[in-house]
Amino acid sequence: MKKTSNVKVAGFGGQGVMMFGQVLAYSATKDDLFGLWFPSYGPETRGGTANCAVIVSDKQINSPVFKDADHLVAFNLPSLEKFRSNVVENGLILYNGSLIKDEVKEEGKLCIGVPVNDIANELGNVKVANMVMMGAYLGLTNLFSDETIEAVIKKFLGQKKADLLDINMEAIQKGKDYIKDLGVNYA
Amino acid sequence: MAKVLMKGNEAIALAAIKGGVDAFYGYPITPQNEVPEYLSKHLKANGKVFLQAESEVSAINMVYGAAGAGKRVMTSSSSPGIALKQEGISYIAAAELPCVIVSVMRGGPGLGGIQPSQADYYQATRGGGNGDYQLIVYAPESIQETIDIMKESFDIADYYRNPVMVLVDGLIGQMMESVDFDKPVKERFLPEKDWATNGTKNHPGKINVANSLHIDPNNLEKHNIHLQEKYNTIRKNEVRYELVNFDNPDFVIVAYGTMARICRSSIELLEKEGISVGMIRPISLFPYPKEAFTKIPNKVKGLLTCELSHGQMLDDVLIANNGKHKVGFFGRSGGMVPDPEEIVEAIKNFDERVVN
Amino acid sequence: MTVKYEKTKGLTDKPLTYCPGCTHGIVHKLIGESLVELDILDKAIGIASVGCSVFSYQFFNCDGQQAPHGRACAEATGVKRVLPDNIVFTYQGDGDLASIGIAETIHAANRGENITVIFLNNAIYGMTGGQMAPTSLIGQKTTTSQDGRNQADHGNPIKISEMFSTIEGVAYLERVSVHNPKNVIKAKKAIKKAFQYQKENRGFTMIEVLSSCPVNWGMKPVDALKWVESDMIPVYPLGVFKDKGVNDEKN
Repeated sequence: MKKTSNVKVAGFGGQGVMMFGQVLAYSATKDDLFGLWFPSYGPETRGGTANCAVIVSDKQINSPVFKDADHLVAFNLPSLEKFRSNVVENGLILYNGSLIKDEVKEEGKLCIGVPVNDIANELGNVKVANMVMMGAYLGLTNLFSDETIEAVIKKFLGQKKADLLDINMEAIQKGKDYIKDLGVNYA
Repeated sequence: MAKVLMKGNEAIALAAIKGGVDAFYGYPITPQNEVPEYLSKHLKANGKVFLQAESEVSAINMVYGAAGAGKRVMTSSSSPGIALKQEGISYIAAAELPCVIVSVMRGGPGLGGIQPSQADYYQATRGGGNGDYQLIVYAPESIQETIDIMKESFDIADYYRNPVMVLVDGLIGQMMESVDFDKPVKERFLPEKDWATNGTKNHPGKINVANSLHIDPNNLEKHNIHLQEKYNTIRKNEVRYELVNFDNPDFVIVAYGTMARICRSSIELLEKEGISVGMIRPISLFPYPKEAFTKIPNKVKGLLTCELSHGQMLDDVLIANNGKHKVGFFGRSGGMVPDPEEIVEAIKNFDERVVN
Repeated sequence: MTVKYEKTKGLTDKPLTYCPGCTHGIVHKLIGESLVELDILDKAIGIASVGCSVFSYQFFNCDGQQAPHGRACAEATGVKRVLPDNIVFTYQGDGDLASIGIAETIHAANRGENITVIFLNNAIYGMTGGQMAPTSLIGQKTTTSQDGRNQADHGNPIKISEMFSTIEGVAYLERVSVHNPKNVIKAKKAIKKAFQYQKENRGFTMIEVLSSCPVNWGMKPVDALKWVESDMIPVYPLGVFKDKGVNDEKN
């Protein structure tokens, strides 16, 4: 993997944006790497847009903030518009193809749309759209193994929602499959 | 305990428990709410005291009471809340009671905002309370360092019978990082609290009073001189700082907390462009690490003070520098956090930044 | 020879700093006696406030703390929560409790903190030199109400016991006076009962004591005591405002 990945995750409140970011940071910690997660906080998170920054690194993390993300994960159009210009050269823009219909193009960047809401609906639970996105993200970046992700999600769901583990893992697999079918290579 | 991912505020709370806190008194304010929330659950479960007070004013006076009673006690708050606590903090320092005060800074002045800031450096190191008193102030740069300092702060407070303030910003409070809670804490010999107001049955023949009133000016001056001697001992023993990239720097950045961490990335970026920049990172803000400035090579072109404020630590930099080097300033405020590139630009255009 | 009377061991030998004719001394004595008689002196922590009684920690023969103005109930809460087996009391005047410290006092009462508040109401700021207090009577001349307190500018005298009687956490609340021997005896009974309740973990107890301030009222001590009876008591009627233990006693 690249030594440090700066990831920006953004979308509507309720789309699982924060969880997406936290799963990455928890996974880094589990793999004995360094993880850092920083949310937008305060009134703006109540019902409006939500975004968080994640840093995954194999060395001590310096600045907790970054100007340009290596990877932007955009769950809706306003988030894409807000952050698309702050992605590094050769960076990745992964976006929700169910809500962003027009194809996204940014020069020198890999832009991939995945219809995560539609795939999640097919699985019977639109709430796992964020995990479809996670699958696509991991399919492109290979940041974490399935074992790591499963252990983290299991802990995340806790005993109360333990029954949701299977559908979450299924969603991740669907996301990975989607990337595989596209035949795109990124990492 | 292996490494865990934890939110800064919750890590502060858990580190306080590991540091042996007996009681917490506080009042809600963003962005530190996870500290009391975590403690409300975990202190009570362990037979310790958690109490949400009716105000910050009340909370700090509850801290006074419990600290006077000889217990390990803390409060936490954020900028306007710390402002309200200043009266009690002055009394606690005057009465020489140990306690830990966590300040999670947000943008000011006034109600300001809730995003990260370092505009309460004066508040922490100069104090808004009355009289010649000092807090011992630590400003960690990461959640890991915050944990290590929190755990040790209760010992330091007890050792010197002085309030310790752990000063972080909203970013450290709100972010999550991979941390390790098992790093060992320096061992200190801690004397018995034979001054505690816990009833004369615990110390027959002697009445203990927690007090800051010395109506006779002679006595008050004596007390002040005693406090100053203590602060001098603290200046001698408790200075903490880190020198970063100090081999052969062209410039030296002076920054603490989150700003120092951002500057670490700026230094890396500048190195790639062939500009060598070192950094003095004060960890203790009182006592201020003046001695670090004696280690700056003569040939350095200037010092750039970077803060999430419009220049508060800058005063201490100017005092420590004592006219030797050019001093520049870069600051953002109100919750605006710069990315490393902004400091890169500031170093490149250092001459525009000079203040002395 | 039998000892008929001796100074209570509940007070130190430190000479009191109060003005001649002031009734603080009497109230101190009643507290000291109660602590000794209930055998709780060595467990007691007294919280002194800001006002004439700022030095009270020197007079009570037990541990003490000196609180910032108005904060005595917060400090007492801090102590009591970490030392629940000790006896914690505050000694506060009307400026300290009824003005700047009203929030701390109300919330300590509302939480039912198991502490005892001794509240001296002398209708004036004593230590600072006779300024108007929230408890000053209508028409009362003070250095900051030189034509007499009037309702339009300053509102009415605040009735602390009446207010606090509505608070659930209060276990025992009585207003007493010390302007004559009969009332001193009643006051002693009330103060002792408040400490007894604390011993029994019943909750918040407060005794409001009407007190005289001859110096700042500009009266001779005897006239000041008469004024308590003639002018203060009609505004601040004596009596028990709340007693959660009253049913126990009947049984």
